[in-house]
Amino acid sequence: MLNRLTKLFENNRENLLTVYFTAGYPKLDDTETIICSLAESGANIIEIGIPYSDPLADGPVIQESGMAAIEGGMTLQVLFNQLTDIRTKTQVPLILMGYFNQLLQYGVDKFLDDCVKTGIDGLIIPDLPLMEYEQFYKDKLTQRNISISFLITPQTEESRIHKVDALSTGFIYVVSDSSITGMKTGISSQQISYFERIKSLQLSTPQLIGFGISDRESYLTASKYANGAIIGSAFIKHLKGKNEVDKATADFINLILNP
Amino acid sequence: MIQLSENGYYGSFGGAYIPEMLYPNVKELQENYLSMIYADDFQREFYYLLKDYVGRPTPLYLAENLSAKHNATIYLKREDLCHTGAHKINNTIGQILLAKKLNKKRIIAETGAGQHGVATATVCARMGLECIIYMGAVDIKRQAPNVARMKMLGATVISATSGSQTLKDATNEAIRDWINNPVDTHYIIGSVVGPHPYPDLVARFQSVISEEMKSQLLEATGRENPDLIIACVGGGSNAAGAYYHYLNDLDVRLIAVEAAGEGVYSGKSAATSILGTEGIIHGSRTLLMQTTDGQIVEPHSISAGLDYPGIGPLHAHLITTGRAEAVSVTDENALKAAFELSRIEGIIPALETAHAIHALEDISFKSSDVIVINLSGRGDKDLNTYMEYLDKY
Repeated sequence: MLNRLTKLFENNRENLLTVYFTAGYPKLDDTETIICSLAESGANIIEIGIPYSDPLADGPVIQESGMAAIEGGMTLQVLFNQLTDIRTKTQVPLILMGYFNQLLQYGVDKFLDDCVKTGIDGLIIPDLPLMEYEQFYKDKLTQRNISISFLITPQTEESRIHKVDALSTGFIYVVSDSSITGMKTGISSQQISYFERIKSLQLSTPQLIGFGISDRESYLTASKYANGAIIGSAFIKHLKGKNEVDKATADFINLILNP
Repeated sequence: MIQLSENGYYGSFGGAYIPEMLYPNVKELQENYLSMIYADDFQREFYYLLKDYVGRPTPLYLAENLSAKHNATIYLKREDLCHTGAHKINNTIGQILLAKKLNKKRIIAETGAGQHGVATATVCARMGLECIIYMGAVDIKRQAPNVARMKMLGATVISATSGSQTLKDATNEAIRDWINNPVDTHYIIGSVVGPHPYPDLVARFQSVISEEMKSQLLEATGRENPDLIIACVGGGSNAAGAYYHYLNDLDVRLIAVEAAGEGVYSGKSAATSILGTEGIIHGSRTLLMQTTDGQIVEPHSISAGLDYPGIGPLHAHLITTGRAEAVSVTDENALKAAFELSRIEGIIPALETAHAIHALEDISFKSSDVIVINLSGRGDKDLNTYMEYLDKY
């Protein structure tokens, strides 16, 4: 059975633009506006970050946006409430990104049920160990037709890449460099050879490249070596201090897709 | 039987909940730490440095005045007499040797009170490795003497300005540094926290404390086992070391003393075993202070070394299974105990350790009992705080 994410990959495997934003940032009630504006402007997949106090894989930009969102009142329950009617507005594939502790405290089953109710298609949980997923959660996601995407980095061994390929049901999140999010911009020749190495493995799961993708140039370069790219910190930076988030969002996407 | 599982769990606590970026480094440690640290040449160098550089074995001192006051036989395990002034260096000596075996060129560490930072800067100076210490901006202000010591030892001290700017955030920043420098860097975690194998690795290096206690007690009392061992617990490294060789000796009561801050339910506390719930912090499944939404809560203690929102997974297991008894001591009572020990035994303890001393008032024991308190650190670093209360006590 397909969900919106896997259906997208059936039909389109080129230059897929994925955009991350932190739920509740810049303002608590911006969630729906940002999702709709991203979708209308041409983003192919939207990754909704669940703000967390201690996001180990993320850099200062995303952590600060998360702290602001938490202070503004964002919780997982508030987020699901905000998403209740989202499927009457857009059919863009939606992914939730959060840390495993947040799911544990909410209750993993309740979390997954609420994902089904609101129409979430996929998950990224960077600190959920592969083995634990396989043992305890794989069946739960499969039953509910929710995809999951695991990460690989330049240091990930080939045997483990194949394991990630076997267990990922959405896409493989190809971390472009050894870094946290939002640290570097531009793509080096060293990174290109890493992308080529991954491409040559001919993995069965689609791949999206993220970390360090900040503008049209890096998005297009990364998309040559994968099915598309993920932009996060650059978009959060762009939103900072903006009042008209729908316009700000459209402007940002236009700079990437239609300069 | 208290034993670590193959995947790094004590009961249901522990594991390695880490993003993929950390996986190769953590796996390298998991696969190599036991064979490396128990190799003959490693053990020889480790014990040589503990003896001649750190000053081990540390004395097991019969505190006669404290014993008379509390009507029991009380020994103090004098970790405060270690080089740099606390037990922390037992672990940093071990980990720097491990880092050399792994061919790492660059060392990073987090620190709260600065004791672990100083102990790390010290061994880096001794071994000629680059040293970067992450310390919360708030802690840098309140622990200035230790910041100066680290700098004099050649370390770079980086201020952690994210989040609440204390130990939890310094740890986050150190982990991020490790993500950004995956090949040449070793992260010396200072307590029995973090992803597997760190809790076990640090406990093994600190276990020299209970190893010495066994032979010293045998000599002093004719038996290896005391009736009680008391130690303070922030992350829990000194307690882990003091308990280690007694974990499966069920005749020994293990007392874990947490910081109650201004009172367990005051909203300003670090009593994790009471206020904490099961979750994940810094890569480990354990008890931690968090909101119902899973956001980690900032703790409070007058002692920067106990000011941590989690406890090591070993301690979570010991406390939830009843093997260890948790008690909590307020800021005020810790201060009182620090002055008492100074006045009757002539030993100024660290604020962390002072919590363990006060536990004598909070637990029951018999006059025939032999009690060992792990005197984890000396109080020089806390003199500024102590001087504020000089007229009161």
